[in-house]
Amino acid sequence: MHELSIVMSLLEAAGEKARELHLEDVTAIHLRLGPLAGVVEDALYSAYELATEGTDWENCDLVVEETPLAGYCPSCKANRLIASITEICCVACGTPITEIVSGRELDIVALEVLDGVPNASG
Amino acid sequence: MASPTRLVEVRQKVLKQNDLVARALRERFQEAGVYVVSLVSSPGSGKTAFLERMLTELRPRCRVGALVGDLATDNDARRLARSQAPVRQITTGTVCHLEADMVRAAIDGWDLSEFDFLFLENVGNLVCPASYDLGENLRLVLFSVTEGEDKPLKYPTIFNTADVAIVSKIDLAEACGFDRASALTSIEAVRPGMQVFEVSAKTGHGMEPFLSFLTSQASSKKARCQLAEGRV
Repeated sequence: MHELSIVMSLLEAAGEKARELHLEDVTAIHLRLGPLAGVVEDALYSAYELATEGTDWENCDLVVEETPLAGYCPSCKANRLIASITEICCVACGTPITEIVSGRELDIVALEVLDGVPNASG
Repeated sequence: MASPTRLVEVRQKVLKQNDLVARALRERFQEAGVYVVSLVSSPGSGKTAFLERMLTELRPRCRVGALVGDLATDNDARRLARSQAPVRQITTGTVCHLEADMVRAAIDGWDLSEFDFLFLENVGNLVCPASYDLGENLRLVLFSVTEGEDKPLKYPTIFNTADVAIVSKIDLAEACGFDRASALTSIEAVRPGMQVFEVSAKTGHGMEPFLSFLTSQASSKKARCQLAEGRV
């Protein structure tokens, strides 16, 4: 189980980005995760809870968005969805696919922060 | 009422730090002219035996070295040292995979230009090593004939991130009723077009075609192994 290592890297990367952008009060980390990233979503949530407990990240949520598995189909001459991680072929025509275009993502895509800007009407 | 929040878009790879170290390693390897090959498999697939055989056969004609990762013990490094090649152990403790930083630390003090080939044997694990780039030129995934023909279907991610599959312990194929066609179908399903070599580290069967492949890959990368020029 390497999800704990992944979470440590995730927190380090998120912290670095938050400092760089002068963001405080990060309430959620939004992650894009591909089926071929080698990371199990449920295990990631468990590891995240374990790693953040009692830390500054304790009240920060992890939001995972799964990316589709897709590749370039040489028969269709277009990017197509791939049947599954155990059948790396075009869903439309069944041609084996060697060029994966989506599915390996393990990226932080957004940090959600408390909106500190006072509401004009409030 | 929940406090209003806003989303700040960022684009940051979670393993950015590892990827940066891996990229720096790849540049160092390239500059030094060393071709780097990593090996992944489940525990007991015969990585160490295969590596020992490769080191022994390559050593008279090339300059080879190896790093070997394990959770504990330096048994594998001592075993590989029998090949007379320089070998270093990486003991990961509780970490179930190698990371680029561990490789960087382990090669400290080695003059990489002294090598034609450097092998990185990962911790025996078919899950965790998949996500970590080690700066290698080629990633081999091994599975032995005793493990079941559907191993690639059970661990598709590692097969998909590897470049070449090695079916090991081929000398036992008949004894354990290995279904070759089914194994090849499984590999093809998870990694279409993947090159497969069938080897026995024990008898040496299949080693020569694989080593020829390896040296041709290395020389096409302008590594300095002179095998093709007959420095044998």
